[in-house]
Amino acid sequence: MNLLAEAFAWIFSADRLGGSSPLLASIGQHLFYTFLALVIAALIAMPVGFFIGHTGRGRGLAIGVSGAARAVPSFGLILLLVLVIGVTQKPLAATIAFVLLGIPSILAGAYAGLEAIDRRVIDAARAVGMTEWQILWRVEVPLGLPLLIGGLRAGALQIVATVVLAAYVDLGGLGTYIIKGLALKQYDSILGSAIVIVALALVLDGVFALAQKFVVPRGVAAGRTQEVRSSPSRRRVVVGTPIEQGKR
Amino acid sequence: MNWLLDNFDLIGRLSVEHLQLAIPPIIFGLVIAIPLGWLAYRFKLTRGLLLTTAGLLYTIPSLALLPILPAILGISFLSPLNLTIALTIYAVAIMARSVADALESVDPAVRQAATAMGFGAWRRFWTVEFPLAGPVILAGLRVTAVSTISLVTVGILIGVENLGYLFTNGFQRRIIPEILTGVVMVVLIALVIDFLLDRLGRLLMPWSKSRTRAQRLAEKSSRTVVNPWGGTA
Repeated sequence: MNLLAEAFAWIFSADRLGGSSPLLASIGQHLFYTFLALVIAALIAMPVGFFIGHTGRGRGLAIGVSGAARAVPSFGLILLLVLVIGVTQKPLAATIAFVLLGIPSILAGAYAGLEAIDRRVIDAARAVGMTEWQILWRVEVPLGLPLLIGGLRAGALQIVATVVLAAYVDLGGLGTYIIKGLALKQYDSILGSAIVIVALALVLDGVFALAQKFVVPRGVAAGRTQEVRSSPSRRRVVVGTPIEQGKR
Repeated sequence: MNWLLDNFDLIGRLSVEHLQLAIPPIIFGLVIAIPLGWLAYRFKLTRGLLLTTAGLLYTIPSLALLPILPAILGISFLSPLNLTIALTIYAVAIMARSVADALESVDPAVRQAATAMGFGAWRRFWTVEFPLAGPVILAGLRVTAVSTISLVTVGILIGVENLGYLFTNGFQRRIIPEILTGVVMVVLIALVIDFLLDRLGRLLMPWSKSRTRAQRLAEKSSRTVVNPWGGTA
């Protein structure tokens, strides 16, 4: 418990609140990299995921990609990209690594969300004369949104954890205190920053969890009553993480 | 290529150490998750509690969990034990949900038939429910195995030697082939273990051959069958 007291003393010390190495700046840096990578990854993964979910084509490929990605050690990927792209362009190399690691979860969320929709709903949309484009944007995407956000949630947490590791190449962020603390054997700074990282991850997870709840379309939420005769063979909307992603 | 040929022994030794670090957490994870998964499947209260805790533990970044465990458990920070416990926590977090889902995928009619034939709860679990849940549990175990094998590499930052050594050493000495070898070896080991688990599953559970179809049917029936006693099927 003494260690914890020291760690909290470290978090609330004058240096951290705005001295030579302020905590807020590190948190900001950490979040900056996380959201930058998340947005880029989403811009790449969402269209592909929607295409796979809508057409059903390339599903095997998507499963294969997200399965294989789980085996890639993120720490190794960062160091490899930094050396290949150049030590002078660390932020670029690390961001590419974050994007690559974020893509599989978002891809899985996008297509799994579309796939989980009751086929009869889509058939009905087609029957009332909607074009494929309308079906995608007015039916499939809104109904698939909870799982898509689940994918973004898993991706964001994956990236947050990887940004911690990227401190090894001097990228900044909250991992810096752990890496530096390891070299200097300063356990208070290691434990203190670890606590801040956990808090950051939990808050981020909570925000996405709330978003997941709120994006369930109103009509769907209202129709969730247990009606025996018309109970659909699939749930209309699935809330949760699309697949368990590998942890880094 | 030269680096690879010169360091064959090192790669072999690190791979063995890597496996030695990865296998115990996978096994512990499965063993611990079976009772926890059962609790989560059986009772509504424990379900919410256990699966939420598992979910929260899973969100903790690995490099942040490693310093926190010693502060709570009083073990040494720079030790293989610390890494093993951290990896076991992640393994349990994945497996508990997977065991709960797997038990839920068992056709309720089969469960009722076993009860009707006079199976007690214990015997019904081990001879009927667990084997039938096996294929889904195995799917979770394969995910756990692959992510654990890849996650072991983080251990190098707390001084536990494994294939991650090739990352840090290669980075410090600016040898790209060394890091690449490390990444490729980790992926290779993960794929081999994944393949072996799949084979082992088919050998031990011959009924999982037509798994996809049987599973889909099981899922479908478990969702459409309405429990006449009012609870969820």
